[in-house]
Amino acid sequence: MDNIAGSKSTLTWLVHISVAALVILWLIPTFGLFISSFRTADQIATNGWWQSLFPSEQNLTLRSAAPETQVEQNGLYVIEGQLFEDGAKAKISVWGISSRDIGSYKPGDTAELRKGGNITVQVDGSYRMESSEPFTGSRGSRVFVTATQPPKFTLFNYQDMLFKDGSASGMGKAFLNTFTVTIPATIIPILVAAFAAYALAWMEFPGRAILVAAVVGLLVVPLQLALIPLLKFHLEIGIGKGYLGVWMAHTGFGMPLAIYLLRNYMAGLPRDIIENARVDGATDFQIFVKLILPLSFPALASFAIFQFLWTWNDLLVAKVFLIDATGQTTVMTQHIIELLGTFGGNWEILATAAFVSIAVPLAVFFAMQKYLVRGLLAGSVK
Amino acid sequence: MNPALLGLVTIVLGVVGCVGYFYLSNLVLDTVIFPARGPHAGRNINWANMVRPWLFLLPAIVALGLYLAYPVVETLRLSLTERVPGGGYTWVGLANYEQMLKEPKFWEAMRNNIMWLIVVPALSTAFGLLTAQLTDRIRWGNLAKSLIFMPMAISFVGAAVIWKLVYDTRPVEQDQIGMLNALYIFFGGTEPQTWLTIPIWNNFFLMAVLIWIQTGFAMVILSAALRGIPEETIEAAIVDGAGPLQIFFKIKVPQIRTTILVVWTTITITVLKVFDIVFAMTNGQWETQVLANYMFDKLFRANDWGLGSAAAMVIMLLVTPILIWNVRNARKEMR
Repeated sequence: MDNIAGSKSTLTWLVHISVAALVILWLIPTFGLFISSFRTADQIATNGWWQSLFPSEQNLTLRSAAPETQVEQNGLYVIEGQLFEDGAKAKISVWGISSRDIGSYKPGDTAELRKGGNITVQVDGSYRMESSEPFTGSRGSRVFVTATQPPKFTLFNYQDMLFKDGSASGMGKAFLNTFTVTIPATIIPILVAAFAAYALAWMEFPGRAILVAAVVGLLVVPLQLALIPLLKFHLEIGIGKGYLGVWMAHTGFGMPLAIYLLRNYMAGLPRDIIENARVDGATDFQIFVKLILPLSFPALASFAIFQFLWTWNDLLVAKVFLIDATGQTTVMTQHIIELLGTFGGNWEILATAAFVSIAVPLAVFFAMQKYLVRGLLAGSVK
Repeated sequence: MNPALLGLVTIVLGVVGCVGYFYLSNLVLDTVIFPARGPHAGRNINWANMVRPWLFLLPAIVALGLYLAYPVVETLRLSLTERVPGGGYTWVGLANYEQMLKEPKFWEAMRNNIMWLIVVPALSTAFGLLTAQLTDRIRWGNLAKSLIFMPMAISFVGAAVIWKLVYDTRPVEQDQIGMLNALYIFFGGTEPQTWLTIPIWNNFFLMAVLIWIQTGFAMVILSAALRGIPEETIEAAIVDGAGPLQIFFKIKVPQIRTTILVVWTTITITVLKVFDIVFAMTNGQWETQVLANYMFDKLFRANDWGLGSAAAMVIMLLVTPILIWNVRNARKEMR
């Protein structure tokens, strides 16, 4: 199919370029947030994340060390040091000592300080201040530099978010809560649905066709309808809002897809194996546990991934059935919503929080993509 | 108890409970109720085999019935009642619907939902078809596919944060940190725009997020369908001198028409349920309300269960044609 109608080479190039463009278009929003999560608040506020990937020229206001660090050498008072933080590797092109004239000196030049003495700044940001009189005051002198800085990233945001109590604390707890919701809500529906799927695929009984049709119908029922009736029901039977309720809700909402996927897969298993086992005297329970379950692993894995992604990423069900007024059981999606409200402009917090919550599904996605695709193909109603 | 520990206990209890239920109920059925021995062994085995499917199905049917079927009926009932302060309900007939139809916010949500329903499935399917066709023809196509598919794994909330950065606005004298504004200024715009507050257009900026997520889904399904097309039909077209575009639109697309329809309807259902994106990005302000968020607003902010249920019924009504279509197809397939 590759060499359609002769004009192969130009067309192939066009395809390569358009696919590359599409991939970049699709990746760039995520990539931008990802890069932002490794930048400090100041960096994010000063320029776009795309500028952080290249060495950038910036005007900075820096300060020399305070006069109290001065030492006396041969009758001269000297302050020596480095204007940049450790390892900044910036290169100064011009500098100055007045905010009205920030580019009057070249690296290596010496400038007269207004309060007496002089200062020499080198290209790498090291400086030397000399004066015959002691330097006074509590703060160092300001130095205005125009410097080219290499890209600089930090893990600070992640450390701050996960291991410290502070502005955005709670993400660590929300992470654990999300896990607590997700794992039972993934495993239990699989078991329940697998038995039902086996019955619908391999057992003869009246009403089977209607049940299968009902499952297909329930696949598309919006869970929005379930919110109030079930919240009412949970409150009446005394579960209230909490983990038990959210596990039950996820089990119920995941059930149609689980049964549908598993039944389709199981119905496609070879009839001989199952009938041979029956002839050999195996009970349905034995056939199910020893034959069907192991053989259905791909379908089980497909559904497990769906359910995991869906419960991990869910906001609505958790909001309605889990999170109460105390906020102790908040999940990550809800936590991010709250951060959006309180730290709407603090992109270092938002970006980091978003990536903490995205990391696990992404890992699952890339590790088990084969099963996800297989499940999608089986799950879209044909 | 520590929630993580509680979760662990639940997993164990749940798994043991499930397996125990199925095992024990089968055991009881086979040895106590209908033992396969004695004078009626044969009859008993038949009886046991008639009951067994229902044992296997019972937990699933309970879950389906309670969590999906019953709420449809109950929501319908709630939409026809009004909560009385102090407890209880009174029958109000269609009053909730009447009140809803008078609200401008409802019509705004309806208008936006219709735009979503047209734009998102169409563009997702179109992009999906395009990427499926293009990536099938190059060697690194699988990598490209998996990267375009990736947003599927990202939560709507995460996606909302990702796109909010794209749409971010800074005052005109500062450097723009949102990509869209940076591009806008680069191509000659003067004032940076607050994209999410420009009525009508902001809807499209929200839709972009869902299209970005759903394209991968469409691509995966359509790519499998494209591969399933018999080679002979394409070869015949080449022999007859058809160009690549003609082959694509006249040979391939007609053959995968049903799959395109399936993708379209599946995305349509997702669109009808879209809540998180709007909730996280604008919360329905600046004329971006949609039905699902309108309903959530009525239920949990205004605390008006009657009106909220009526809004939920509207969503259900919009889903119903697809539901019927699916069920009919499934029944046809089973025969």
